Amino acid sequence: MSTQFELNKNLAQMLKGGVIMDVTTPEQARIAEEAGACAVMALERIPADIRAAGGVSRMSDPKMIKGIQEAVSIPVMAKCRIGHFAEARILQAIKIDYIDESEVLSPADDKYHINKRDFKVPFVCGAKDLGEALRRINEGAAMIRTKGEPGTGDVVQAVRHMRMMMSEIRRIQNMSEDELYEAAKQLQVPYNLVEYVHVNGKLPVVNFAAGGVATPADAALMMHLGAEGVFVGSGIFKSGNPAKRAAAIVQAVTNFEDDNLLAELSEDLGEAMVGINENEIALLMAERGK
Amino acid sequence: MMKVGILALQGAFAEHKQSLCSIGVDSFEIRQKKDIEQPFDGLIIPGGESTVIGKLLRKLDLLEPLKSMIENGMPVFGTCAGLIILAKNVEGEESHIGTMNITVKRNAYGKQIDSFSDTAVIEKVSPNPVPLVFIRAPWIESAGDGVEILCELNGHIVAARQENMLVTSFHPELTKDTAFHKYFADIIKNSSETPAVRAV
Repeated sequence: MSTQFELNKNLAQMLKGGVIMDVTTPEQARIAEEAGACAVMALERIPADIRAAGGVSRMSDPKMIKGIQEAVSIPVMAKCRIGHFAEARILQAIKIDYIDESEVLSPADDKYHINKRDFKVPFVCGAKDLGEALRRINEGAAMIRTKGEPGTGDVVQAVRHMRMMMSEIRRIQNMSEDELYEAAKQLQVPYNLVEYVHVNGKLPVVNFAAGGVATPADAALMMHLGAEGVFVGSGIFKSGNPAKRAAAIVQAVTNFEDDNLLAELSEDLGEAMVGINENEIALLMAERGK
Repeated sequence: MMKVGILALQGAFAEHKQSLCSIGVDSFEIRQKKDIEQPFDGLIIPGGESTVIGKLLRKLDLLEPLKSMIENGMPVFGTCAGLIILAKNVEGEESHIGTMNITVKRNAYGKQIDSFSDTAVIEKVSPNPVPLVFIRAPWIESAGDGVEILCELNGHIVAARQENMLVTSFHPELTKDTAFHKYFADIIKNSSETPAVRAV
């Protein structure tokens, strides 16, 4: 693919082992940067509030995003609706570092995702299995995250999606070459992407966990399951002590294999976000855009 | 057998491991203090977010021990964020390890949309053109005494060396070209022949 696509994948590689935090104000953005976020996601409302508010949710006000860009020196991401390439072009015009074509917002197109190869700015997209991930990559996504179930504080769906993706990757890896053509057909993706997974045992782009991560232990769990970093949305600024919790999650991602350190980090973090259980929610955002 | 520690707090550390592996150099990850108790011959500080790496270096009590190792002659190679971590002065921000006599400007080229790639012949490093990948890259605004400039691009210093310290604002580990890793391995080899260093 193009040099620009390579550069865009490369930026995602720089985010690895890091935590990307949802922020709604310059003040929160500074707290996130100070806590060690490797990037921030600028949005008007965090997913838990989007969920509570209901109605159509859209791209954030560019003025609000610019305020956050001015407040921090780390990369700034912002969300556009699935299929809404006009919103994406606006985000590109204000020089956002990453666009999240996100199921957290109301989808603008129930059939087509954005042709992300048309853009200079990189995209991250959600996926709940290998087929979705490779379809998004084929459309030009430079980074993948699990969909999870945003705004719930319940990690169960992120776990399900990451486990699904990893088990499918292992299955492809162990196939004979003859079987790859059929696998490509089943997954509805081009053969060369399936071949890449077969040879390398991983996605061709960086793969993060997202949706429902609320504690250092949640973050460590996702890293153990194969995530290369995590997004934390509502989990931080809906908790009792955002700065402390954010810093603890950052450290948990770096040293996810050190149980003693994780025990220390989990101490005295104040109240976690209350959360909603999977079976209590009416709206499954993960079902948006396949 | 040469062994290189790669600071693996955040960023593109796995890519450095792969580059070293492809030139037959053994490496391991440094994620906390106990990881540097074993003997090793060189250190790589990878790309990533310098703010994150700087904070974790302090929180995990790694900053001072690594600083004194470098001051005692441990060969070190910093790419992008690694360059910022090693710089004595960072424009508008506090410095981190700060052992190298340079002033750097973070995000000097702008945002991700301004990231770019190029090639250049860097005589000291390789006779062939080296691919240069710049991701929200810094540049070296000025270099002080003892700093040898290895590469300038469009009027900005993007690669330099000061004795045991090698830095680039681009990312050799993201390309298949291993010229910089070989050059760094040579620095390690030569320093181990001068026994004055490395008493930690």
